[in-house]
Amino acid sequence: MLGVVTAVIARDLKLAMRRQADIVSALFFFIIVVSLFPLGIGPEPDLLRKLAPGVLWVAALLATMLSLPRLFADDHRDGTLEQLALSPHPLGLVVTGKVIAHWLVSGLPLTLIAPVLGIQFDLSTEALLVLTGAILLGTPALSGIGAIGAALTLGLRGGGVLLSLLVLPLYIPVLIFGAGAVDATVSGLGGEGHLSLLGAMTFASLGFAPWASAAALKIALE
Amino acid sequence: MTRRFNLYHFASPATFYPLAGALIPWFAAASVLFGLAGLYLGMLVAPTDFQQGEGYRIIFIHVPASWMSMFIYLVMAFWAAIGLAFNTRLSGMMTQALAPTGALMAFLSLWTGALWGKPMWGTWWVWDARLTSELILLFLYIGYMALVAAIDDPRRADKAGGLLLLVGVVNVPIIYFSVKWWNTLHQGSSVNLTKSSMAETMLWGMLLMAMCFWMYAIAVAFARVRTIMLERERHTDWVKAILAGGEK
Repeated sequence: MLGVVTAVIARDLKLAMRRQADIVSALFFFIIVVSLFPLGIGPEPDLLRKLAPGVLWVAALLATMLSLPRLFADDHRDGTLEQLALSPHPLGLVVTGKVIAHWLVSGLPLTLIAPVLGIQFDLSTEALLVLTGAILLGTPALSGIGAIGAALTLGLRGGGVLLSLLVLPLYIPVLIFGAGAVDATVSGLGGEGHLSLLGAMTFASLGFAPWASAAALKIALE
Repeated sequence: MTRRFNLYHFASPATFYPLAGALIPWFAAASVLFGLAGLYLGMLVAPTDFQQGEGYRIIFIHVPASWMSMFIYLVMAFWAAIGLAFNTRLSGMMTQALAPTGALMAFLSLWTGALWGKPMWGTWWVWDARLTSELILLFLYIGYMALVAAIDDPRRADKAGGLLLLVGVVNVPIIYFSVKWWNTLHQGSSVNLTKSSMAETMLWGMLLMAMCFWMYAIAVAFARVRTIMLERERHTDWVKAILAGGEK
C-alpha cells in the first residue's frame, strides 16, 4: 500500500530534480508578487504589517496554482498516466503520492521562504512563526484540492485559466483561516483555533481529494 | 396486462423530449400566476415597513432569487450524482440546462442585494458572510459552465462537470462557515418556519414569489434541455423525424 505512494513520490521528486528551473521559477513568482505589493501600496510599516498575511497567502495560492497544470500533463502526454491507471494499485494512492511530491516541490519551498518575506513586511517574531506554521499546514490542502482541478482540466484547451476558475473559489477557506491565524495572533486572540481548522482541512483534503482526482483522471482517460 | 406508470420510461431523451415540451406551458402558466399573486401581495397588500419604508419591497425578488440560486445548485449536484452513479444521459443534460438559470439567480440576488443595501446600509457592497458566499456561489456556477464549455466530448463534459459539482457541494458548507466566522454583520435571517418576525402577508408574498421563480426555473430548464437533446442526439432517428416534421 504505502510502497506505491513512496515509489511515486520518489519518481516525481527525481523528475522534478532534473528540471529544477520549474521549481525555482514558481518560487520566484511568489517572491516577485509579494514584493510588488509594497511598491503598489506604499512603504508605511503599519499598513504593510496589516496586509502581510493576506498578501503572502494570496501569492502562495497563485504560486501553487501556477505549478498545478504540470501535475498530470507531462505524464499524460507521454502515456505514463495511462500505465499508472492500468496498474493493479488503486489510482487514488498514486495520486496521493503525486500530491505529496507536488507539495514537496511547491509548498515546502514557499514555507521556507515565507519568513524572509515576512521580515520585509516588518512582522513580529511571533507573527512570523504563526505565518510560517500556517503556510506549512495549509499548503498541502492547496496541493490536494488543486489536484482535482488539474485532473478535471487535463488536456483541455485553455487549461491554465480554466484551472484557476475551478480551483480558486475552493481555496477560499484555506486563505481565510491561513491569513486569519496571523491576524488573530497579532490582535492577541491567539491563532490556535485557526491553525487547528487549517490542519483539519489539510488532512481532510489529503484523505479525500486524491480519490476525487482519481475519478476525474479516469473520466479524462476514457 | 396492467400498465404501471414507469418513471424510468422518461429517462431516455426520446421519451422525455415530448414530455418536457408538453409540460413547459403548464410550468410557465404556473409561474405567471404565482408571480402575479406574489407581486400583488408584495407590492400592494403588504404593509410598509416602519424602518425601511417602501424600499424593503425588493425583498420579494431578492430572497426568492437567493433561495433559488442555492436550491438549483443542490438540484444540479443531485442530477450529477445520479448521472455518475447510473450513467444516465439525461442527468448530464439536465445539469447543463439548469446551470445558466442558477447563475442568473445568483447574479440577480447579488444585484438586488446591492440595490437594497445602498438605501438601507448606505453602501452597495459589504464583505459580510452571506454576500460573500453568494458571490462565491456565482463563481462556482461560472467555473462549472466554463469547464463544461471547454470539453468537446459531451459525455466527458457531463462526467467532469458532475464531479466538479459534487466537489463543490461538499465545499459549499465549508466555504459558508469559513466566510461566516471571518466576518458577520448581515442582519439575522428573518424567515423562520416556526416563528417569523415578518408580517404574515410579507411571508406569503415571498413564498409565492419563490414558487414563481421555481416554476420559471423548471420551464426554462426544460426548454433548454430540449435544445440540448436535439443538438446531442441529432444523428438519431427520432430527432431526424422531429426536424423533418417541423415543430412538436
